[in-house]
Amino acid sequence: MSQDANARLTGDFYTAPFGPRIEEEGDTLILNMGPQHPATHGVLRVIVELDGEYIRRAEPVLGYIHRMHEKMGEVKSWVQYLPNMGRVDYLHALAWNWAYVGAVEKLMGLAVPPRAEYIRVITCELNRINSHLLWWGAYLLDLGAFTPIVYAFADRERIMDLLQMVTGSRLTYCYYRFGGVSADLGDEFIRGTHEFVADFRKRLPMYRGLVTDNMILRGRCEEIGVLSPETARRYGATGPVLRGSGVAYDVRRAEPYSVYDRLDFTVPTGRNGDAMDRYEVRMEEMNQCLRIIEQALEALPDGAHIAPDLSERLLPPKGEVYFAVEGARGKIGVYLLSDGGPTPYRVKLRAPGFSNLSLFAELAQGTLLADAVSILGSLDLVIPEIDR
Amino acid sequence: MKRLFKTLQGLWSLAVGLKITGVELFKPWLTVHYPRQEVDNLATFRGHIELVPAADDPQTPRCIMCWKCVEICPSRCISLRLHAVGEGAEAGDPGLLLAPELKSPYSAHLPPPPDKIERVLDSYRLNYSLCSLCGLCVQSCPVEAIRFSRNAYLVGTTRQDFDLDLLARLRNPVDAPRPPGPRPPT
Ligand code: SF4
Ligand code: SF4
Repeated sequence: MSQDANARLTGDFYTAPFGPRIEEEGDTLILNMGPQHPATHGVLRVIVELDGEYIRRAEPVLGYIHRMHEKMGEVKSWVQYLPNMGRVDYLHALAWNWAYVGAVEKLMGLAVPPRAEYIRVITCELNRINSHLLWWGAYLLDLGAFTPIVYAFADRERIMDLLQMVTGSRLTYCYYRFGGVSADLGDEFIRGTHEFVADFRKRLPMYRGLVTDNMILRGRCEEIGVLSPETARRYGATGPVLRGSGVAYDVRRAEPYSVYDRLDFTVPTGRNGDAMDRYEVRMEEMNQCLRIIEQALEALPDGAHIAPDLSERLLPPKGEVYFAVEGARGKIGVYLLSDGGPTPYRVKLRAPGFSNLSLFAELAQGTLLADAVSILGSLDLVIPEIDR
Repeated sequence: MKRLFKTLQGLWSLAVGLKITGVELFKPWLTVHYPRQEVDNLATFRGHIELVPAADDPQTPRCIMCWKCVEICPSRCISLRLHAVGEGAEAGDPGLLLAPELKSPYSAHLPPPPDKIERVLDSYRLNYSLCSLCGLCVQSCPVEAIRFSRNAYLVGTTRQDFDLDLLARLRNPVDAPRPPGPRPPT
């Protein structure tokens, strides 16, 4: 074995390209960001090669929090797999709930009562605001501002109280069921949601005054991590990351599911594709969520919240199905293959965060280390979702 | 000139932010100072599951031992034991009694089992450390014999502390939820 090959064998798969190049390219420093790093929010490791303060190469290393969610689908019955969904992405658990129950419903040709569809829309959008709020607080925390996360948590608390009323949980919801949702909305929830929408609408301009217009934030975000639509497409980025680059792709509009085609909302997009645009897109999305919730509350029909004549042991027919929903981080897809048995034959989960993170290596090249933290934050990553 | 304007605008943005935090400073507390105060939304909180007593006897569970909750639980946290009493009790393995209408070549010569076999629940255990609070057991129970408790303050120092004997808890409610508010002095 040659000397060179030996050198390449040290370290793991990801560190290999960083080894032998150093001597050739001069005085650079290899730095491990993570797996325990405050800016990676979870166990993500990024290997960066620094030339002074500038990043020459960056390589995200995944897999620290891989929990075999896809494999678990093959050993649990169809209904037993439901609680897993809330734990894939704990910040937008209801979107994952929806992607899975939607896939099974599509496979079985199960009709969902109209009231359940609207309940799903209302709760899913509340959850989306919740997710964006946490991103907002955590992103600003990355950038060195501590106060905003406290404001965000004050609002998050209200949403969690509301969702706790119907789901019983505060974070890892397991609320949707095949053919509907597990509990009906009560009057208290509806009243509380109306109040929340009215109050939160007033809070959004406050957020703008507190942070968005702030010159320090603008300095940290504007023209940082400019992502061209082509690059975003090449990596399969979706969600606010793609929309920040000016591509108005939203699954709720592009492939409407449920009752989204009956609701009036716009898909905000950015212009330059920098971190600020991704920021603005998410802020505007929260506003659109409020509009959707209001309309859905208005149109909420009476009736059953779950399809009445479901058989006890659910056995979807043979076949395969793919169902996608729009999560807070992008397109969530669930692919199921059924052999007619009591468990899925194969489950494949498409996590938007995985594609969104992949482009980080390219975006971070040539930036300052501090800006790379800003870019990483602006991608809104949830590491458990990426590793699944 | 443009640069000056930009700087002024930036400084003004800082002043706006400070004003917002300043106003917030004089608003009432939002946080709950736990041991002295407690949250008031436990009515919808899901604690560990608990057995529901029968309408006529608070000491007897309503459970009919149909095994549905055991089967549906994704994490297999529930285990029950039972025994048969009265007529047909000697028919043996209580597991077989679950479907008395089934006949195998080995049981064909036996007298037909009685229509209804009285069974008694010996234990109903929940391994709470595995439970994901998904609610599938509660929803699948045909007689609403289990529900979520409101016990938000369950603590323990060992894994065994979370291996709950729900039957004993039904008979002897050790930690019924306290009304919110400061604790009474002990
Ligand atoms: S709530 Fe879910 S995990 Fe917990 S005991 Fe019931 S079925 Fe099992
Ligand atoms: S589902 Fe209900 S009745 Fe059946 S065994 Fe469980 S608790 Fe008892």
